[in-house]
Amino acid sequence: MKRYVYINDDESARDLYCDNRISNRKYTLLNFIPKNLGEQFSRFMNQYFLLIACLQLWPLITPVNPASTWGPLIFIFAVSATKEAWDDYNRYLSDKKANEKEVWVVMHGLRKLVQAQDIHVGNIIWLRENDEVPCDLALIGTSDPQGVCYIETAALDGETDLKTRVIPSACMGIDSELLHKIKGVIECPSPDKDIRRFDANLRLFPPFLDNDVCPLTIKNTILQSCYLRNTEWACGVAVYTGNETKLGMCRGVPEPKLTAMDAMIDKLTGAIFVFQIVVVIVLGIAGNVWKDTEANKQWYVKYPEEGPWFELLIIPLRFELLCSIMIPISIKVSLDLVKSLYAKFIDWDNGMIDQETGTPSHATNTAISEDLGQVEYILTDKTGTLTENKMIFRRCCINGVFYGNDSGDALKDVELHNAVSSGSPDVIHFLTIMAICNTVIPIKAKTGDIFYKAQSQDEDALVRAAAWLHMVFVNKNANILEIKFNASTIQYEVLETLEFTSDRKRMSVVVKDCQNGKILLLTKGADEAILPYACPGQQTRAFFEAVEQYSQLGLRTLCLAWRQLKEDEYEEWSLLFKEANSTLVDREWRIAEVCQRLEHDLDILGVTAIEDRLQDGVPETIETLRKAGINFWMLTGDKQNTAIQIALSCNFISPEPKGQLLLIDGKTEDEVRQSLERVLLTMRITTSEPKDVAFAVDGWALEIALKYYRKAFTELAILSRTAICCRVTPSQKAQLVELLKSCDYRTLAIGDGGNDVRMIQQADIGVGISGREGLQAARAADYSIGKFRFLKRLILVHGRYSYNRTAFLSQYSFYKSLLICFIQIFFSFISGVSGTSLFNSLSLMAYNVFYTSIPVLVSVLDKDLNEETVMQHPQILFYCQAGRFDFIMLSTLFFQILCIIFYNFFICGDVSLEIRLIVGQWSLNSQYQFLNRLLNPSTFAGWFGRSLFHAIVVFVISIHAYAYEKSEMEEVSMVALSGCIWLQAFVVTLETNSFTILQCIAIWGNLASFYFINWIFSALPSSGMYTIMFRLCRQPSYWTTVFLIVAAGMGPILALKYFRYTYRPSKINILQQAERLGGPILSLGSIEPQPRPILEKEVSPLSITQPKNRNPVYEPLLSDSPNTRRSFGSGAPFDFFQTQFRLSSSYSRNKDN
Amino acid sequence: MMSSNTASSSAGVAGSADSAAPRRNSKKPKYSRFTQQELPACKPILTPRWVISAFLLVSVVFIPIGVASLFASRDVVEIVDRYETECIPLDNRTDKVNYIQTPGDKSCNRTITVPKRMKQPIYVYYQLDNFYQNHRRYVKSRSDAQLRDNSSASETSACKPEDMINGKPIVPCGLIAWSLFNDTYSFSRNNSTLVVNKKDISWKSDREHKFGSNVYPTNFQSNETLIGGASLDPTKPLSEQEDLIVWMRTAALPTFRKLYGKIEVDLEADDVISVTLQNRYNTYSFNGKKKLVLSTTSWLGGKNDFLGIAYLTVGGLCFFLALVFTLVYLVKPR
Repeated sequence: MKRYVYINDDESARDLYCDNRISNRKYTLLNFIPKNLGEQFSRFMNQYFLLIACLQLWPLITPVNPASTWGPLIFIFAVSATKEAWDDYNRYLSDKKANEKEVWVVMHGLRKLVQAQDIHVGNIIWLRENDEVPCDLALIGTSDPQGVCYIETAALDGETDLKTRVIPSACMGIDSELLHKIKGVIECPSPDKDIRRFDANLRLFPPFLDNDVCPLTIKNTILQSCYLRNTEWACGVAVYTGNETKLGMCRGVPEPKLTAMDAMIDKLTGAIFVFQIVVVIVLGIAGNVWKDTEANKQWYVKYPEEGPWFELLIIPLRFELLCSIMIPISIKVSLDLVKSLYAKFIDWDNGMIDQETGTPSHATNTAISEDLGQVEYILTDKTGTLTENKMIFRRCCINGVFYGNDSGDALKDVELHNAVSSGSPDVIHFLTIMAICNTVIPIKAKTGDIFYKAQSQDEDALVRAAAWLHMVFVNKNANILEIKFNASTIQYEVLETLEFTSDRKRMSVVVKDCQNGKILLLTKGADEAILPYACPGQQTRAFFEAVEQYSQLGLRTLCLAWRQLKEDEYEEWSLLFKEANSTLVDREWRIAEVCQRLEHDLDILGVTAIEDRLQDGVPETIETLRKAGINFWMLTGDKQNTAIQIALSCNFISPEPKGQLLLIDGKTEDEVRQSLERVLLTMRITTSEPKDVAFAVDGWALEIALKYYRKAFTELAILSRTAICCRVTPSQKAQLVELLKSCDYRTLAIGDGGNDVRMIQQADIGVGISGREGLQAARAADYSIGKFRFLKRLILVHGRYSYNRTAFLSQYSFYKSLLICFIQIFFSFISGVSGTSLFNSLSLMAYNVFYTSIPVLVSVLDKDLNEETVMQHPQILFYCQAGRFDFIMLSTLFFQILCIIFYNFFICGDVSLEIRLIVGQWSLNSQYQFLNRLLNPSTFAGWFGRSLFHAIVVFVISIHAYAYEKSEMEEVSMVALSGCIWLQAFVVTLETNSFTILQCIAIWGNLASFYFINWIFSALPSSGMYTIMFRLCRQPSYWTTVFLIVAAGMGPILALKYFRYTYRPSKINILQQAERLGGPILSLGSIEPQPRPILEKEVSPLSITQPKNRNPVYEPLLSDSPNTRRSFGSGAPFDFFQTQFRLSSSYSRNKDN
Repeated sequence: MMSSNTASSSAGVAGSADSAAPRRNSKKPKYSRFTQQELPACKPILTPRWVISAFLLVSVVFIPIGVASLFASRDVVEIVDRYETECIPLDNRTDKVNYIQTPGDKSCNRTITVPKRMKQPIYVYYQLDNFYQNHRRYVKSRSDAQLRDNSSASETSACKPEDMINGKPIVPCGLIAWSLFNDTYSFSRNNSTLVVNKKDISWKSDREHKFGSNVYPTNFQSNETLIGGASLDPTKPLSEQEDLIVWMRTAALPTFRKLYGKIEVDLEADDVISVTLQNRYNTYSFNGKKKLVLSTTSWLGGKNDFLGIAYLTVGGLCFFLALVFTLVYLVKPR
């Protein structure tokens, strides 16, 4: 699909495309209620509750007033809807502000000030300096005589440097007055969301000179939400408007991420649902049997002889309604509430503010904080994530001569200064490339100093270094570059820029020396993208050695090369390039192909080495998180050696003999397979040894491994705690995340640049570092932090607390719902299995949404351990990390546990031991890892057992204490309810680790308010419970009964907990004791990652047949001759590109690696 | 790739780089102990001392209470006389249901001996077994509005099948009222009648607010073929029909006692009381027991050893646990 934009045509396009009204709103006033309701009812839980609520409208079967379900349901819906409405209203306000902004638009040949929302496609928009761009424009004129303007795209991609935009050649030189009358047509693709591409053509109508098709690229556009800078005015044609702009198309609802916790809660809900159905069926049958045998004798019940046809269903349906409270209706709302609080705690945390830039951490996704506590794999980018991305030029090698090797700083190397002043042509060329082979814009400050605005930190470092070496890049005026060398000024005209892509791994410029008219190709890029294209006969060995030497020092290397072009060669190529530039389909690939035709036979000048320092606290952070049982993978676009060096310096891998690094390489399938098998074998053998084994793989081998040996590679991924993947593309990063996710690991991806966005979006948790490379990653991420070291706090403190709190909150919610439900079930056995509710409607309604939810909500303030203790003993994160279950296994397990509880609870007392045995066995059998987590079927069974036990206590005590003449319905019901509420308060108290004033208020205030509310209802003559609570509170037997319930209910639990705490303490308990009593920490060192059962099984002793093949850490990468390395040579050079381009939908930014 | 979270702010509010930095700065949170999760907190842990003293405390409190309630329960004198079989003439015992359903004089004499001195007031209860007043069909079959006020006499929708007769509403409607207990008892000691006070046997709040003084029984038990329980005096308002009020307070358990009246004289030990009762109520079809209960009362209510025993058990167990924990702690501190 293409669209044709007729410039300055006031009528035709008007109705064809939408106007520039921006709407981010999800709802309108009219559709809010139906749409919102529709969304809410798409959740299974809500459908279930709606069904229950509807069934309750049938008076024949409802045990309680329908309000007991409708009330909470409406309340919960109202809360969600209000939140949605409020968000939508804010969106509306910001839209309105943008829509009513006034801009200058040419209408009927006159410039007029109109509101931004009235812009139509084809209108000509005039912008002044510092104006915001209202829609996507194709530039047609600027104040600059060369047709250049500068824009800032921070709001679009987060990059804060200025970018140049030029007007298309066809519009060159048109007078600004004439621009009002310009007519023409732009042929452009349908709106898409790629902010780095705009493949269009422009044709102006006569009388405007050029009747030729003129290609338009992204260079000729200014996109919505950019700002015009350093340019007096610019004007352009609106091509995409409203929600069809590139920015508008980028919006979209991302897939909501579901935490492992949510999944577990859903599964538990499912299990409870199954349990509920079983209860309903059993009781339904029992009820019908009772009715047929007993009820006919109970003449006072007066069962009709002949019932309606659905008679058999009535009793089961009644029980269904009675048991519907088994699934807590409030859990979703409670969880949403506490989750947004977790996110707020992250936003508020002073410990995670980057003091340098004052950037606080931010949780964009408020729903997945618990997952932070369950991370098992961290996949990290290197540049800008582990390192500062603050590049400093350190060394260089020019034509075989090493500079800066002694002092470690080439800029202070006297020899280099001598070489520069002696004017050696190689050095001059080298410096020239450093100064101008880039996209840097020099800006002259008023003081005369020159600042550089660079997109790539490497280029910035090179230009600065060149300036230090007297090759000063002074000015860039349209296509004319000005360089000052010593005292002389040299001018170059930029003919073409062959831009950097992460697949090409090099960038070039074609310049014309203004003095002698020579046309030069200046290239810089990664070694493997440059060295293979050296002109035949040139000795590249020295450069290989330099590259290797530098990368072993952890420096980033770039090779610089040049070539003089013949005039006709350039002319010929230039046509091809222009054609490639104006293709609409696969333009990027075509350009890469054309560039390849120019970039060969290069004269290699030398190698630069740039240092990128590690961020503060990176080694410590990695070590701590590693201790916490988290596995690290480093995915980088950098060279293997550089990556390995960085990995060594930041504790990522340990040097020999403690650690061992295995390399997977190979250029063909067979080589990769052999290498993979060898590594896998070594890996299997060494899992039993206390040794850090890591593997390193490069992008090419990875590509093959993922394609052909996915299974073996997956096994390797599971076995290896550490991996280094070098030379990987953004899409490969995402593939690796996908691979780990498919093994059911919780992954966290952290990165800072645009090339990490896909991986960040793919991972369970994406963390973006709001660093120098802009905010692109941070925006796509679920969490954004200022520095890598905050990850420690994010995971260990916030993630862990969130996990603990949610684990308690969700299980407690099930516990309290089950408790009241069990009492109802027990009561049905003494009420003729007829489905009578013991509790009145009001109590049931208030119980779930009010009495029991407030105390537990403040458990978000609970801290089992101090932050410092957690930081010192990261091992306890093991208690959070995920075990794996699927639903069918879960339900079978559930019933197994249920049986055990029923049979053993009162006999053995310690049922959890039994369960743990069974669960342990079961998990081993099914090859599932099972770690002692805080929310799993085992702990849940504990809560289930507790609710059953408490229900029995409450029920038995209240019916015996209130027997005979006291057995009045309302009274017994209130006694039982009071018992439940008192038990709740004590359970929450017992399970709380730290009491702040808020918790005390919530727990005991809630108990007080229970009495207060019931007294109010007891004072209303019309209510069913009139005077009941007053009567009860005056009876000594009421209070003795309640205290008996509390003591009988809590005694065993306290005893059990104390026993475990003292004699079978978990590591958390040990730390708690140490922390609060100040005693020494005993036996904590014994926390070791439990070997996963899956590993133990697979490591059979028989498999150790081959001798270990240990590769040294420092395996020389480039020792073999270059032609065995992967080559872009003339053979089939573009297959690789093609697949690469197809694979990656997001194009990497102009940045090395 | 852009993420969606920029969406809301994208269009209008995105600022320049210069303004972006201070804006982010201004988001810098203010320090507060709440936002930093550093509220002062008390962090108790389960130390042996704490737990053992908690258990000791519970046992120290519970055992005396247990003893006291057991004594209170033992002090209560309770006479229970089960009569549902005895009050059927021997010839009719093969078909009790038939006997109870055929009209006729069903009076029956029982003698009971007072085992211990009983101080007034002595409560007279009737106890029914296996009677499901809490059955769902039964417990809902009433109309509170109708009982409260005569203007809502026709609100009988909940009362089916005892709601209407010949198109006229039954007051009081519903199965509960319809099945009103109708055995009567009269007591005499040494041939002198013991007066049973049937006033104030129901809850005061019920008489005043739940059963209207202007509501009179109408059409009640008028269907000859389907008489359930007792009939009511149509001249007395419901608020004075205390037997009905007591009966309408449904019991939560299938075994329950309802107050019949009070004897307001002391009974001495070995007094022989003869009871003349009208055995009319049909519990035979569902094998329900009928018992006559005379009982005094204590601060805890009637005779019920449950609380006392439970308290003693819990207190004893707590003491035992405290003891065990202490011993274990002394032997093996951790």
